[in-house]
Amino acid sequence: MVSSNGVTGVLGEDGIHVDMNHLKSGEVNNSELSPVAAHFEIPLTKNSMAINFKDGVILGADSRTTTGAYIANRVTDKLTQVHDTIWCCRSGSAADTQAVADIVSYHLNMYGVVNNEAPSTQVAASLFQELCYENKDALRFDNPNWQDPMKVLKLMHLQTVPVYSIPLGGSLHKQPFAIGGSGSTYIYGYTDAHWREQMTEQEGIDFVRSALQEAIKWDGSSGGVIRLVVLTKKGAVRHLYLPDTNYTGPGVTN
Amino acid sequence: MPGFDFSNYNRNAALHAKGVPLPKATSTGTTIVGCIYDKGVVIAADTRATVGPIVADKNCEKLHYIAPKIWCAGAGTAADTEFTTALISSNIELHSLSTGRDPRVITCMTMLKQHLFRYQGHIGAYLVVAGVDPTGVGLYTVHAHGSTDKLPYVTMGSGSLAAMSVFESTWQPDLDREGAISLCAEAIKAGIFNDLGSGSNVDVCVIEKDKPTQLLRNYEKPNPRGEKERNYRFPKGTTAWLNQRVISKEDMKKYVTIETLSGDGNLAVGEQMDVDV
Repeated sequence: MVSSNGVTGVLGEDGIHVDMNHLKSGEVNNSELSPVAAHFEIPLTKNSMAINFKDGVILGADSRTTTGAYIANRVTDKLTQVHDTIWCCRSGSAADTQAVADIVSYHLNMYGVVNNEAPSTQVAASLFQELCYENKDALRFDNPNWQDPMKVLKLMHLQTVPVYSIPLGGSLHKQPFAIGGSGSTYIYGYTDAHWREQMTEQEGIDFVRSALQEAIKWDGSSGGVIRLVVLTKKGAVRHLYLPDTNYTGPGVTN
Repeated sequence: MPGFDFSNYNRNAALHAKGVPLPKATSTGTTIVGCIYDKGVVIAADTRATVGPIVADKNCEKLHYIAPKIWCAGAGTAADTEFTTALISSNIELHSLSTGRDPRVITCMTMLKQHLFRYQGHIGAYLVVAGVDPTGVGLYTVHAHGSTDKLPYVTMGSGSLAAMSVFESTWQPDLDREGAISLCAEAIKAGIFNDLGSGSNVDVCVIEKDKPTQLLRNYEKPNPRGEKERNYRFPKGTTAWLNQRVISKEDMKKYVTIETLSGDGNLAVGEQMDVDV
């Protein structure tokens, strides 16, 4: 059953190696079957981040979804609610991250009904981790597309305020702030230099927004508008920043 | 062992490696679009189906029925769009019978994305789902890998770039029914004229709350089959002759039986057969 056909990664003694060029080139199998399907590739979402601040957490993301060189959606919403107070940022394959977020959302809502108590962010993070980790194994069952499940997933909760990051392999990291997606490589230095503990809400918003602005500037695969979700005890507040105004407004949208 | 059996895939890969060509799927190298307006939603499609460089069908239907007020435009592999929409249509009907409610567009979109995600892109269906339900107007795109988008105007297929250029330059937020129909038709025509994979006619479907859904088949025919300027029917006397002999009916009766047919009715059909030129 196990075959090397179509597999784009190998399990060596020193870990898993993934052929990123193959992944980015999209679906090779389709090109042989249908000429038009070859035109499409896996839509990839780019660049997202999440941080802790004094009274809560902020999620941010650009809004670009691409299929190869074409922008499939320029106003994507990558900030996804999976429970009343638990949100995630999606980056990586759109199909895979949407599927995983939908499954987690289903389980968290079920958890809430069965236990008559809202799930903690830890529970949500564990669910995400389990899905990412278990499906990494699916690789060995000749299922090449599972190799790109999620680049990074971040979750947050307004009471306990942790930020979790779940990279490709399915490991889970609790962090004060986390970045991910193709644009994130450009802002490791920026975020490291400008991150401070105990920022105010406005400082946090400015930090996330300017970091994303920087990622959009340098990463060709990131762009469009900047969306933020600010999670505090008062609930979730959405922000929008447009390129027309050099990402200065309009700000709060709900 | 439970799960899918991919052994045929390995067989096909081995055969292909030995030089056996892969079968070609009929592909709707397509332009499909959708656009919402104040009270409803419009979807439209071209009518060309291709197999490689060959036009397989000059007037095919790419607008598929899901429910009375939910319709789907399909691009990608023709068989996959046809059967996927038929399957979901069937399940939606059963679902609405069991719940006693009108089906919702988001339900249909979720069923489609979960079905397509399970097949990891091997079902080559790229769809625009549109409709009106108790929650309002819905318009989504579903990619073959199972990702979805929700937007006020959408395009898909090989002509999507040409169609999107029309939307991005002329779309406005306060469209009415007629405005939305003509905008979608313009977008499809951009695909028909500028994309090799798209062609022939424009099909439109208009879905509006409290109104019967209208399928405007061949709403526009920008590529009519032209009248041929010449034909191969030569007038009498074209060929010169050296002599002539007239054989009367009486002469013929010596050799064969002659029966006279009545003048009314179309008994001598063969004589009336149209010749395609």
